[in-house]
Amino acid sequence: MTRLTSERTVRGRRIGTIQIAGTRVAANGSGRRIGGHVQEGSGVFAVQHHSDGAAPPVLSVEHAQKTFGAVRALVDVSIDLFAGEVHGLVGENGAGKSTLVKILAGVYRPDAGRLLIDGEEITLRSPSAARNAGIAVIYQEPTLFPDLTVAENVFMGRQPLRSARRIDSASMDGQVRAVLDRLGVRLDPGRITRGLSIADQQIVEIAKALTLDAKVIVMDEPTAALSAVEVGRLFQVVETLRQNGAAILFISHRLDEMFELCQRVTVMRDGLWVLTSPVDALGTDDLVRAMVGRELVTRETAASAKLGAPILSVERLTREGVFLDVTFEVRAGEVVALAGLVGAGRSEVARAIFGIDRYDAGRVTVEGRVLPKASPAAAMEAGIGFVPEDRRQDGLVMSESIERNVALASLRTLRRWGFLRRRSERALATEWARRLQIRYGRLSDPVSNLSGGNQQKVVLAKWLSRNPKILIVDEPTRGIDVATKQEVHRQLLSLASEGVAVLMISSELPEVLHVAGRILVMREGRLVAELAHAEATEHAIIAIATGANEGASR
Amino acid sequence: MSPEKAAGQPGVDLQGKLPAPAGPDGTVPSRANLQRWMRWETGLAVLLIGTVVFGISVSSEFLSSYNLFSLGLSNGEIAIMVLPMALIVMTGEIDLSVAANLGLSSSMVGYLWTHGWPMPGIIVTVLVLGLVLGTFNGLLVTRLGLPSLAVTIGTRILYGGIAEIILGSNIISNFPASYTNIGVTAVPHTDLSFSALVFLVLAVVVAIVLHATPLGRSIFAIGANKEAALYAGIRVKRIKTGLFMLSGVMCALAGILYTFRLSTAEFDNGTGLELPVVAIVLFGGVSIFGGKGSMGGVVLAVLVFSGIQNVLLLTNFNQEGVGVVTGGLLLLSVLAPNIGELRGRAVQYIDRFRRRPIADAEPGA
Amino acid sequence: MRTALERRHHENTATVTDPRRSFDIVLRVREFGIIAVLVVFVAVTYGIQHRFLSGQNITFILFDTTIFAFLALGEAMVVIARCVDLSVGSVLGLSAYLCGRLFSVVHGIPIPVVFLVGLLIGLGCGVVNGLIVAVGRVPSLVVTLASLYIIRGIDGLVVGGGVVVASSMPSSFITMGKATIFHVPYVTIVVAILIALGAYYLRSYRSGRELYAIGSNPEAARLVGIRTGWRVFNAFAVSGAIAGVCGVLWASYFGTVDSTAGTGYELQVIAAVVVGGVAIFGGSGTVIGAALGALLLETINTALYVLGISSFWDSAIAGVLLLVAISLDHTITLHVTAARRKRGNRLVT
Repeated sequence: MTRLTSERTVRGRRIGTIQIAGTRVAANGSGRRIGGHVQEGSGVFAVQHHSDGAAPPVLSVEHAQKTFGAVRALVDVSIDLFAGEVHGLVGENGAGKSTLVKILAGVYRPDAGRLLIDGEEITLRSPSAARNAGIAVIYQEPTLFPDLTVAENVFMGRQPLRSARRIDSASMDGQVRAVLDRLGVRLDPGRITRGLSIADQQIVEIAKALTLDAKVIVMDEPTAALSAVEVGRLFQVVETLRQNGAAILFISHRLDEMFELCQRVTVMRDGLWVLTSPVDALGTDDLVRAMVGRELVTRETAASAKLGAPILSVERLTREGVFLDVTFEVRAGEVVALAGLVGAGRSEVARAIFGIDRYDAGRVTVEGRVLPKASPAAAMEAGIGFVPEDRRQDGLVMSESIERNVALASLRTLRRWGFLRRRSERALATEWARRLQIRYGRLSDPVSNLSGGNQQKVVLAKWLSRNPKILIVDEPTRGIDVATKQEVHRQLLSLASEGVAVLMISSELPEVLHVAGRILVMREGRLVAELAHAEATEHAIIAIATGANEGASR
Repeated sequence: MSPEKAAGQPGVDLQGKLPAPAGPDGTVPSRANLQRWMRWETGLAVLLIGTVVFGISVSSEFLSSYNLFSLGLSNGEIAIMVLPMALIVMTGEIDLSVAANLGLSSSMVGYLWTHGWPMPGIIVTVLVLGLVLGTFNGLLVTRLGLPSLAVTIGTRILYGGIAEIILGSNIISNFPASYTNIGVTAVPHTDLSFSALVFLVLAVVVAIVLHATPLGRSIFAIGANKEAALYAGIRVKRIKTGLFMLSGVMCALAGILYTFRLSTAEFDNGTGLELPVVAIVLFGGVSIFGGKGSMGGVVLAVLVFSGIQNVLLLTNFNQEGVGVVTGGLLLLSVLAPNIGELRGRAVQYIDRFRRRPIADAEPGA
Repeated sequence: MRTALERRHHENTATVTDPRRSFDIVLRVREFGIIAVLVVFVAVTYGIQHRFLSGQNITFILFDTTIFAFLALGEAMVVIARCVDLSVGSVLGLSAYLCGRLFSVVHGIPIPVVFLVGLLIGLGCGVVNGLIVAVGRVPSLVVTLASLYIIRGIDGLVVGGGVVVASSMPSSFITMGKATIFHVPYVTIVVAILIALGAYYLRSYRSGRELYAIGSNPEAARLVGIRTGWRVFNAFAVSGAIAGVCGVLWASYFGTVDSTAGTGYELQVIAAVVVGGVAIFGGSGTVIGAALGALLLETINTALYVLGISSFWDSAIAGVLLLVAISLDHTITLHVTAARRKRGNRLVT
């Protein structure tokens, strides 16, 4: 039984929302099959009424399948991208999103299923073919040429030519300047890209896509490394792209971004298409339920634990040009969050405390004793553990086994008479894999085999196995699926309840609000505010972090 | 990963966005795999047996005391230099100045001798000098963060130049027989040359350190992922500098032994020896990218190399051609691991010719 | 009256006036720097010893430089693409001997043909290097280290104990290298033109820029669709071919060729290239700079000789210069990156 619950017009297209109970979707009014299997319970689908004059989707994926050896990355996925629309894609890690992206990018070819552009079937044999077909993919971490200029980065391989096939740099610069103006971004085409922030690098990639006359722009988790302000700028840029008629596929783990930016959203799970819906017709819980397939326990709030004495004390920490006069303390049993924009200096402060980076003035004391600076070994000795922001680059040795990674911070403690036995490494790893419920094949497998969430657990195991007094975690759940996120949060809270002092850096405000007992906000290298759990709201934090409420001069 | 980080190394993995990439001239660093190394060392062992068999068939003298002694003698210094080089390569660096260090040490021995210094004093001084040379390399690489390839090319030129300045075109050869005897007599009760004995003892120590101590684990970690090692509290700079210092001392020791063996000190002693050293290290299964290798493989490689050289000598193979053999072995040892991949890529090229669909690689994480 | 926030806002979003020009200037600083050092050096040496700028010395400097600068052209292309070619010295030696012998073997062979043969010999070696690097995916350090010795070994085998003497080669060949105009060898002029062409190619043609892209970020280059294997292969082929031609030039100038011709040249060429501003990790630097680096090193060598300092100091000084150049480059890059990032991070829209 189908019921049309609502209808609205978006950009000249009528979109209806229908509710279906427990049946396989049949063809819609115009005969265009959307396909897929309905959830138990009610599912929500978007139906395209192809009224006269409405265009077919710019890009259409029909029943794509992709298998790698024993792994079925895509089982049955279909998705339509329309011009002038931002289409969100969500799903846990392992849902198949990145495989889908790579298929669109021309890196992989689907084992079955079709790809259509403007209604015509097409085979993408290579990234170049995808580019020629008008598909541009922007990755989370752009890959630019640091020694070359912005203009050369945009046009590498297809520079405009003048006589005798020589590069026309005037034309090149001019075109890039025009595109950047169109995007409303101030960036000089003639500067080399070395030293550009990630946000600016993404802009260069987007400029590249525009000069390729991309009809379809796929953005793979572009906001993961951006601050709130940079995200805002990116959204403006995306809106400009949308108004200019591009079809945008926007992938993100941050559900709030779906609601803010996208017109429609698709959910994938375990390689399957689950649902597609206009964003207005759904709530966050609907999305989460669709992604996970089960009811999730409501998020835990930070328990008001018994707090101990201050264990970590940071006094007037200063590093020229990076952070200034940072003073705070963390008590035993507390979870303190360090919030702020990317570039505010949070990770830098954390790294300085741990000794990876140096600082110029101030001091760090642990349990009353001053910590020597610039020595991770001394910090570890004092009982500090550090889970870095970039787990693949800094947190793990990807080519090494799980057990070696877990034992890597405990080499000295595992030593007996100067020697280190593999047995002791294995025992440590087994114990902690069990405690953190890490899913793995064998402990001797390389850690690169694991999913993002399990990899993060290995990093945690590495530090927790040292029984730290202080744990500093930088972006604990970046790039991790929802279920593991919750596990990590639970782990942090239980650590705190055991008396560990936890300092958490996070750009995900919901996470900050739910886990932290106290929130410190940094802006431009200074610690500008401290909020207790009760008075903290997302709005308040962002306001402080961006300085929006600072008006009068000093 | 920022472009700067990506730009720093060839063959770096882009956070699983694409199938593991490589630099324009680099192999894809493959995953740690115990089986694979077993296969490599097994292969080396087989080669060694083959060489011995061939050697015996060529000359009944092959396993004679004298031949074994001269085998150890002619390669002892190279073998000594191989040990620290293997460790350095495992941390992802390289030291191309080893031969120049040897030459400079040798020149120093000659120079100090002509100035009347007592030999024990000379030995100590030259070893300290070697330590200084190694420390210089280490500091440039760790404190200034310069690429070791460029630095050690520079110090190779520099140290060779200093040797030239010290000795000029002089040839010192009036060393006392009590020292130059090591070039003639074996260690009592064995067929080993003095240098071979030093090598064996050191090899055992290094093997134990590498495979059964935290320092060894640290070395592997540094080579596989320097940042992760840093974040795990491993003193990367200290270890790397230490390894370069070790190399400096070992090369100085090799230089002293070399001088006594030949009972000659000339400024260009040892020129070009860095090639066989690097060749043996890579031949022993140590990955040029760092993070992988074993002492067993390295020792086997030393034995195979020495054996092959010896056999060539016995068969009156033109000694000029030894360089060809060494170079060939080196190439083989880096091409062989890629055979599987090469076959895959060759198939790709052929498929492209025949316009067949190309099979996809494994997904990234 | 501006608030602190507004002031900071203004500073951070104001862009440097025409950074492209200043970027270009930063680039050219290296070349200007070398020229400046060169001028100072020449002036000082001339002041001490007027003989330094005699016609004969100038010719001598220029001719020696010619070979190294030409080799530096090929080596720079390889290094810009983040590879290294250590075999150039051996290729030069092999080519020098074989081409020298050619005159005795084929009587009356025209000199251009000999050059062609040299080029082909070098090209053959370069092609093999390039194939193994590009297709075999073996690090170029290892490949060219191996080929350095393989080719030197082949050279040794071929030469035996023999030697090619000047009298076995036509006099026109021997004097070719010494022909000058205003004390500048004709050969130098030809090579200078070739280097200029090479520089123009690297700056203004797609395939040239692609070498820079490959050196700057090989993965991104592949993503963008650049045929990295093919480009790198070409770079090695060119480097080899140039080394082969240089072998013939070498034979022409030195007359006597044995199995040690060209030994150690690769290191000097790399020193010249790095001193000339080409980063050892690729992606930046120019061929002109590399050539200037060769000129600088050669000038210093000759100056030392003229000043009576023994030639034994040449290597040490070259080594120091190389180390200084790398250190400077690295520190400057670090500062530039840090400064830029600091400026760029204070993002306020």
